[in-house]
Amino acid sequence: MANPLYRKHIISIPDFSREELELVVETAGKLKRTPRNDLLQDKLVGSCFFEPSTRTRLSFETAVQRLGGNVIGFADGANTSAKKGETLADSIKIISSYTDAVVMRHPKEGAARLASEFSSVPVINGGDGSNQHPTQTLLDLFTISETQGRLENLAIAFIGDLKYGRTVHSLTQALSLFGARFYFVAPEQLAMPEYICEELDEKGIQYTIVDSLEEVIPLVDIMYMTRVQRERFDEAEFKKIQGQFVLRAEMLKNARSNMKVMHPLPRVDEIAVDVDATQHAYYFEQARNGVFARQALLSLVLNETV
Amino acid sequence: MQYTRTVEALKQGTVIDHIPAGQGVNILRLFKLAETGERITVGLNLSSRHMGAKDIIKVENVALTEEQANELALFAPKATVNVIENFEVVKKHKLELPETIEGIFACPNSNCISHAEPVKSFFFVKVQDKDTKLKCKYCEKGFSKDIVAVVR
Repeated sequence: MANPLYRKHIISIPDFSREELELVVETAGKLKRTPRNDLLQDKLVGSCFFEPSTRTRLSFETAVQRLGGNVIGFADGANTSAKKGETLADSIKIISSYTDAVVMRHPKEGAARLASEFSSVPVINGGDGSNQHPTQTLLDLFTISETQGRLENLAIAFIGDLKYGRTVHSLTQALSLFGARFYFVAPEQLAMPEYICEELDEKGIQYTIVDSLEEVIPLVDIMYMTRVQRERFDEAEFKKIQGQFVLRAEMLKNARSNMKVMHPLPRVDEIAVDVDATQHAYYFEQARNGVFARQALLSLVLNETV
Repeated sequence: MQYTRTVEALKQGTVIDHIPAGQGVNILRLFKLAETGERITVGLNLSSRHMGAKDIIKVENVALTEEQANELALFAPKATVNVIENFEVVKKHKLELPETIEGIFACPNSNCISHAEPVKSFFFVKVQDKDTKLKCKYCEKGFSKDIVAVVR
């Protein structure tokens, strides 16, 4: 029997069942332990970045090539026929007729869902505006599972910009399927949106809004840090909150020994450099895991069995 | 006793009655009824025993489908939609809130891909407490029905 993700479009985290998420995480682990260079043999993947993104694009293209596949595509929509006014629907019809799968990033929300309606091959969303970025969530889940040995019943703190961070929203939704316990630490202006809290309430998931970063450190298995963007505040306001959401090595004295610090990167100054040398820092390995999570997804979408 | 009808009887078409006063024009606009080219009679702020004031729309030669009638339920949940043939009511639609709504309103999110592409807007309908929420299939953003109905 074909795996449940075979020939599926990968658009949004709420489309996934718990079993499908587990399958990706498990496959990523296998591919990290035992690399394969044959799973995408003779496959051609379109890498269509209508909006530039270094890390996501490079890790997708690395994933394809490490698995023995080939990539065509573009890194910036500015030089494509989209610039001439071609609809995304038309572009995708053509590109999907050349390739076995299309990985795409687009500045508009809903672009990947729309593309999937016009594509003859699976579409994998590499980010659509402020909406979804499912492969980031998959690599986050893989990293959490790798460091904690499980996904069930973990305590996770999200820190920083919880309002605009799509990463945070999708990961919260995904972890809800595994009975997580959440702590939210954010400036008032960047608090977790109401609709996410309502979803958690509906599912009976516990969450606590905490004022201070230090308070949550001993309580959690994962600290998921995000960047508070200076441009969201005026200068005076920013100065006031700036220091409050910065993690420094000395603050980690009371952390659980299994606790890992994650960050979708790029970081600016919310994680002091001295944290890098502690046993808790895991953000660079997390970024590296992006390749394995994307390898897992591509392998599952393009092979009946892996 | 002499009886005068406020709105003339319809030979063939659809009568949408018991629309809350003020929503009639909205419905005309959203459902693009005027664009059918058919004769339309509209009554606004008519007196109603049950509602105080109501609006009414009569469209000649157009029989509203079940699906279209249900989409009306968002704005006028208590409206009656009667399809007329030869001055007789041949179908009374019972309005039920639809699960999805296609092509009636544009997505209020200006950065939603649906605006610039050859697709119809598409919303999932979800009743939440006393509000009805619509979630765009494309950008996945949720909106209260009142926001969606205003933006064009």
